[in-house]
Parts: sequence; C-alpha cells; structure tokens
Amino acid sequence: MIFLRLFLSFFKIGLFTFGGGYAMIPLIQEEVLARGWLDSGTLVDFIAVSESTPGPFAVNIATYVGSQTGGMIGAVCATAGVVLPSFLIILLVATFYERFRKNRIVEGAMTGLKPAVVGLIGKALVTVALTVFVPMGVFTGFTWTFAVSAVLCVIAFVMAMKKIHPIFIILLCAAAGIAAGYLLDL
Amino acid sequence: MTAVKSERLKTAGELFLTFMKIGGFTFGGGYAMIPLIQKEAVETKHWITEEDILEITAIAESTPGPVAINSATFIGYRLLGVPGAAAATLGVVLPSFVVILLISFVLRRFWDLRPVRYAFFGIRAGVLALIAKALITMYRKCPKGAVSYIVMFGAFAAAAFLKVPVVLIIICCAVFGIVTSALGRRRTET
Repeated sequence: MIFLRLFLSFFKIGLFTFGGGYAMIPLIQEEVLARGWLDSGTLVDFIAVSESTPGPFAVNIATYVGSQTGGMIGAVCATAGVVLPSFLIILLVATFYERFRKNRIVEGAMTGLKPAVVGLIGKALVTVALTVFVPMGVFTGFTWTFAVSAVLCVIAFVMAMKKIHPIFIILLCAAAGIAAGYLLDL
Repeated sequence: MTAVKSERLKTAGELFLTFMKIGGFTFGGGYAMIPLIQKEAVETKHWITEEDILEITAIAESTPGPVAINSATFIGYRLLGVPGAAAATLGVVLPSFVVILLISFVLRRFWDLRPVRYAFFGIRAGVLALIAKALITMYRKCPKGAVSYIVMFGAFAAAAFLKVPVVLIIICCAVFGIVTSALGRRRTET
C-alpha cells in the first residue's frame, strides 16, 4: 500500500529530524533513495527547487515525493506524515512547558543531538559532493564538467558565507550552468 | 456563549490566514521564518511578545520536525488551544503544498529539455555550497568539547562508513548525551 508507506516513511523523517531543514537530508536520503522514490541527482535538484519555493524544506520534499509516487493522495499522505510528529509533540510540550524547559533529560539529550546533526550533515555533504563530481559512480578524470562544477561551487560557497540570499545564488548557478553548457557543449 | 464562540472562530480564521501568509513568503524555510513571525505575530497582531519568540525558537530547536511547523503549532496552541494549533499549522503548510504540487506536474515535462538540464548542472554545484554553509552554521551553534567532537565524528563515521541507520544514530547520540551530562553533573556535585 503505497499511501501507507509514504505516510510512515515521512512520519519517521518528521519524528527523527532535529533542527529542521538540511538536518533532514541524511534521513531523507536513507528513506527516499533506498525505496527508489527518487535518485540522488533528482534529490539534489529538488533541494534547489525547495530553496526557491516558499515553505519549509520538509513539507516541500514530502509533497514532491508524495505526488511523484502516489499523485494527489500520495502528496497529502506524505505531507501529513511529515507534519504530524511535530504537531503532536509540540502539543505535548506546550502543555507541560515549564517542566519540559528545565528537564535535565531533554537538556542532556540536546548535548548529544546537536553534534550528531553536524556529523550527519557532514555525511550528507559527502554524498551530495559525490553526486556532483562523480555523477556516474566512477571518477572519469578532470573533465570540463568537473572543472565548471568546482569553480561554481567555490563561488557559490563564498557568496553563501557572505550571506547572499540562496535564491540569488541558485539563479546565478543556473545561468552559469546554461552558459557553460552551451559554450562547452557538455 | 455564542458570541464567545464566533469570536473564537474569527481568531482561528485569522491565525490560519496569518500563518498562510508567513508560509507563503518564507523561502528556504526554518530560520528564515523567524523574522516574519516576529513582524506578523509580535508587531502587527500583538499575539505574543519578543521574549516569546526566543522561547519558541529554543523549543522548536529541541523538538523534532521543521522549525516552521513547530513554531506555528506552538503559537497557535498558546492562543487558542488545539483548534488554534491546527489552524496555524494548516495555514503554514498550505502554500508550500499547493506550490510544490503545481510545480511537480510541470517540472516533469521540462526536466529533459537541454537548457533545463544545463541549469540544474550549475545548480547542483550551488546546492553543494549551500549544504556546506549549513554544516558550518550548525557547527558554530554546537557546544564545543570532547564529548561533542566524539559524537560528531562518531555519527559521521557510523553513517558514512558503517551504514548504520540514521534513526539508530540519533537515538544513540541522545542517550549518550543524557548519560554524559548526568555523569558530568555528578562529578561537579561531589
């Protein structure tokens, strides 16, 4: 039953992601790529689409994967799945707010979760880097594709560190990609 | 009695519309949403205070799920209980849901065009840079110390080399954090 599987997969993603946004990528890679709902290249493309459309990344990717695999109903199931854990947990937390805030167990768990998220995003970064630089799974040498990607990546990184808006960076990379593609006939 | 009820309904509708606006104008999600919530919920509507925003951010960070959803649910609940939470959450999700649904049908048709392929070839390099930046931001916000570095590299190695499921890594790191901070407290107390 594809709808139930979409719901459960995204429920799991919603339940075990702390910090939101890119912290979600490792678990999405695991769930969505393993089930063959997306390939790694499309996932990277979609991260860009999500940056350029409104709303949280989690909702965007859930809606997208849901609609690609199960149409309109699939989109509803996946989105409901990713939203529900936060919704329920926040309701609980809001009710027991004072106790939650000063809870030693919650505080302790956070000292483990914050660095864990850094490590997991590090792993996601490596996977995405492999998708960008070794698209076919084997390193084919320093081609034009490789060189253009490397230069663009460095420029985009400098711009991101200077707090230039991600949408602007993505638009610029798109323009550069089109220009390089036609000029070098990639 | 009915007057109170209609008043409540009016504010639930208002919550829905306000969060729909917030959801519709946040690009990149998460922390990009905080300034918008500030403007709408604090300055325009006076629903919550400036201090509430800090509190909400802290809560949203220490609970699972996207920051945007967490903050919307929390503010909605504070104002109107469960119906308020449902209205705010639905409002914040709806714009992205509709936009992505529309895009997903269009995108499939354009994906194979040559210029689109080239555009995404460039964009992928940019996304890599954005993730690298997110990694640095997360690293800076992370407490530094021996325990932190052990967890960081442990989580990385477990995911990258040992292919341990992400959920298992998250649970182990949370337990490790609870145990080490309890041990640290005991040492300072004795």
